[in-house]
Amino acid sequence: MAEISTSPHAGPARWLVVAVPYVWLLLFFVAPFLIILKISLSDTAIAMPPYTPLLDGFGGIGDFLSQLDFENYAFLTEDPLYIQSYLSSLRMAFISTVLLLLIGYPMALAMARAPTRWRPTLVMMVILPFWTSFLIRVYAWIGILKPEGLLTVLLQAIGLMGPEEQVQIYRTDTAVFIGIVYSYLPFMVLPLYAALEKMDGTLLEAANDLGCPPLKAFWRITFPLSLPGVIAGAMICFIPITGEFVIPDLLGGAETLMIGKTLWTEFFGNRDWPLASAVAVLLLLVLVVPIMIFQNQQQKVG
Amino acid sequence: MAKTLGPVKRKFAPWTDPNAVPFIRFENITKRYGDFTAVSNLNLDIYEREFFSLLGPSGCGKTTLMRMLAGFEEPTEGRILLQGHDISGVPPHRRPTNMMFQSYALFPHMSVEKNIAFGLEQDNLSKGEIAARVQEMLKLVKLEDFAKRKPGQLSGGQRQRVALARSLAKRPKVLLLDEPLGALDRKLREETQFELMDIQHTLGLTFLIVTHDQEEAMTVSDRIAVMDKGVIVQVDTPAEIYEAPNSRYVADFIGDINIMEGGIVSKSAEPGQAPVVTLDCDGLPVTVEQECAATTGDRVAFAIRPEKVRITLDQPENTASNAAYGEVWDIGYLGDFSVFLVSLADGRIIRAAQANVSRLVDRPITFGDMVWLTWPKDAGLVLTR
Amino acid sequence: MKSSRFDPVVLTLGFAFLYIPIIILVIYSFNASRLVTVWGGFSLQWYREMWSNQGLMDAAWVTARVAVLSASIGTVLGTMAALALVRYARFPGKTLFSGMIYAPLVMPEVITGLSLLLLFVAVGVDRGFWTVTIAHTTFTMCYVAIVVQSRLLTFDRSLEEAAQDLGCPPVKTFFKITLPLILPAVVAGWMLAFTLSLDDLVIASFTTGPGATTLPIKIYSQVRLGVTPEINAICTILIGLVTIGVVAASLASKRTELRRIRDEHVALRGSS
Repeated sequence: MAEISTSPHAGPARWLVVAVPYVWLLLFFVAPFLIILKISLSDTAIAMPPYTPLLDGFGGIGDFLSQLDFENYAFLTEDPLYIQSYLSSLRMAFISTVLLLLIGYPMALAMARAPTRWRPTLVMMVILPFWTSFLIRVYAWIGILKPEGLLTVLLQAIGLMGPEEQVQIYRTDTAVFIGIVYSYLPFMVLPLYAALEKMDGTLLEAANDLGCPPLKAFWRITFPLSLPGVIAGAMICFIPITGEFVIPDLLGGAETLMIGKTLWTEFFGNRDWPLASAVAVLLLLVLVVPIMIFQNQQQKVG
Repeated sequence: MAKTLGPVKRKFAPWTDPNAVPFIRFENITKRYGDFTAVSNLNLDIYEREFFSLLGPSGCGKTTLMRMLAGFEEPTEGRILLQGHDISGVPPHRRPTNMMFQSYALFPHMSVEKNIAFGLEQDNLSKGEIAARVQEMLKLVKLEDFAKRKPGQLSGGQRQRVALARSLAKRPKVLLLDEPLGALDRKLREETQFELMDIQHTLGLTFLIVTHDQEEAMTVSDRIAVMDKGVIVQVDTPAEIYEAPNSRYVADFIGDINIMEGGIVSKSAEPGQAPVVTLDCDGLPVTVEQECAATTGDRVAFAIRPEKVRITLDQPENTASNAAYGEVWDIGYLGDFSVFLVSLADGRIIRAAQANVSRLVDRPITFGDMVWLTWPKDAGLVLTR
Repeated sequence: MKSSRFDPVVLTLGFAFLYIPIIILVIYSFNASRLVTVWGGFSLQWYREMWSNQGLMDAAWVTARVAVLSASIGTVLGTMAALALVRYARFPGKTLFSGMIYAPLVMPEVITGLSLLLLFVAVGVDRGFWTVTIAHTTFTMCYVAIVVQSRLLTFDRSLEEAAQDLGCPPVKTFFKITLPLILPAVVAGWMLAFTLSLDDLVIASFTTGPGATTLPIKIYSQVRLGVTPEINAICTILIGLVTIGVVAASLASKRTELRRIRDEHVALRGSS
């Protein structure tokens, strides 16, 4: 009875509601992807815009197409730097997502088990850091993790570290992990909490009543029922982390290879727009499967 | 129908007048949602000032039928005529019908008087006119003291009244009521039923009510349409529906009834005498005074209401027909009535109801008693459908 | 669910992790010393310096304008998109449409930023205030759509049917009935869009041009040069503004909650 909700009578306003956001997204979300695809097949040029060929009128379409090639992609596969960047990004994103799950799940569970009157406050406390700037939160960690930073001071003060020693975390992958986990924790906790909170508490009582001990009941009942939240949280974190730029740039070191950073350098540093585009297109291809999983999950919820 | 009934509720029966013009006419209405047919080739006439009920279980198409009249759904086939005009394609906000929603659908951000005034404001009436009408409506539903409250500050019964007042404020030609009393508790529901009838009578409006509650439909309606799977099974007055159901479905849906399958042994129609059908209900001989379309040998059903079955400990004079012998298997005490479940020798159960007229009975019938069940020839019915 | 003994410990550690870095940052914005690790006494000098830093103030002003404008356009578009998603059983390209709504939520910012930049270059638009605003509108409208959508899913449609039944045409029904009732979600969507725009570095870096340097871009370029208490000061002000906003919003919703509870008591008394 899908149509029961649609009124059979509606004027042009009805179509405007769909058309306006639709056209906007086609113009500013889909069209840019087509352009990025095209430019990734172009050659670098020292001009503005710094790529050729440019499409001038329709007469030159055949000419234009013949000048497009996969040179940039070939270059990407030849230079180990790029392949390593992709692999390293995926590895970093995967480890971060696992860490986020390990930290986020107990938090979400504790929130869902808290007394009802506390829950809105707890949710707000998780959301509040999310409302403060991403950049600011990453920046805050620099002051803590720097060799002469607060962590060193603290460890020296409590005697865990000699006065000459310094914490060597800043500008390493460890710092990047800390930054990522810190920044993305609310994104992981909220979907998990949403899944756990709506779970019927009597299910666990029923399991206990039928002779299932609490820990086993968790694995047999609670965890499977929270899986949609786990998938949603994991995807919401994994996909953007793979393309993350700010955190590896500010907290990572020279050896931290992440594709978002590579793309940024190609674009702003080397001004190689076609190559940067090719990097972006490949990144998107790498992420197509997780994005599809995320979309399916969201549409099921919607 | 074969039977002539006693006095009708009031002298109002335009459906018996062949010259009467129907107020609302559903003409060959079909409504499909994909593969699912909600309403199937339905025809129905409703008359002015009638209090009409659509009765049936959930999913029988009664709500869809009402929503098509209100304009929220368009029929897939057929047309709806209101006072002779085809209203297909007229959007809900231009139809002269108003609806009282099952959820009441009171606007939570508006006060009671704003809710009632909402429909009037759409007609661009003057401020004074609107205020006067709102006062009149508040008085009608006895909520004068609650005008400034928000719906959230009202009890369930009060909300129901606001919803009624709001849908009546525009003086619609037809008022549609979707399960109007469903959310109320039993006592309040009974009171409100009579108030609804009163209001309908006073204002002289046509009411169309959708309900799954047969008691409610019986109490308030001039006529009832019993629906099943998108078709109307029977349209009749409450008394006819109860006393002369046209099918096993209606008989079973309305009230409590014993149904026994059987075959027609003989039919007689002597001039000057009532026609008589003789049945054999798997060994139980039954005679019924009734006109019947079925012929000898046809499988039919014999139906009889429990309160029409007499239960006695002593053997009656005539046991050749319309009599059964069995053991009291269970007794349901309902206060005003007791229902006896009597098990016949072949295991069939017949229910008999007896009014509890006296507090003290010499020898009450109890579990395990062997009893006789008897009924007159004009008490039961032969059902062919 | 029954709580465990460990729950308070888990929550304490979790929230400590979330809040301690921010608290440290705020404290050190009042530090008289330029060194991050040495407490040199309470001082407001970094706030004064921040105030007199014309570049920083200009960037703040640009950011505020971009955020207000893109959040407002994004809220209108996002609300329309949410209506389209919830209310229209099917229309041509609905799958593509919902895909376009969900994808920007997880799309790496470098991709969104680069692709929008290339679009602006391809059509020959000068980059600056308007291109950043358009870019921010595009990704914030999707967040608004999600927030409003979840409210619309629980919206009782018979309220709209009742309005139309009483003679109110569809568009008027939206403004008189639907909009007032979903307004809290729309406002929450606007606030989310506003902070996301305020926050964004990557997309703004790609789509901005001369004269439209936003605050995050400014902060980023200074942070790359090292930690300065001046940045702590401006961060503290931003944190303060956001905290006030969020707390005020939650207090407002708590007040409506209280009113609802009071209403229910009145109703109970009325019915007895």
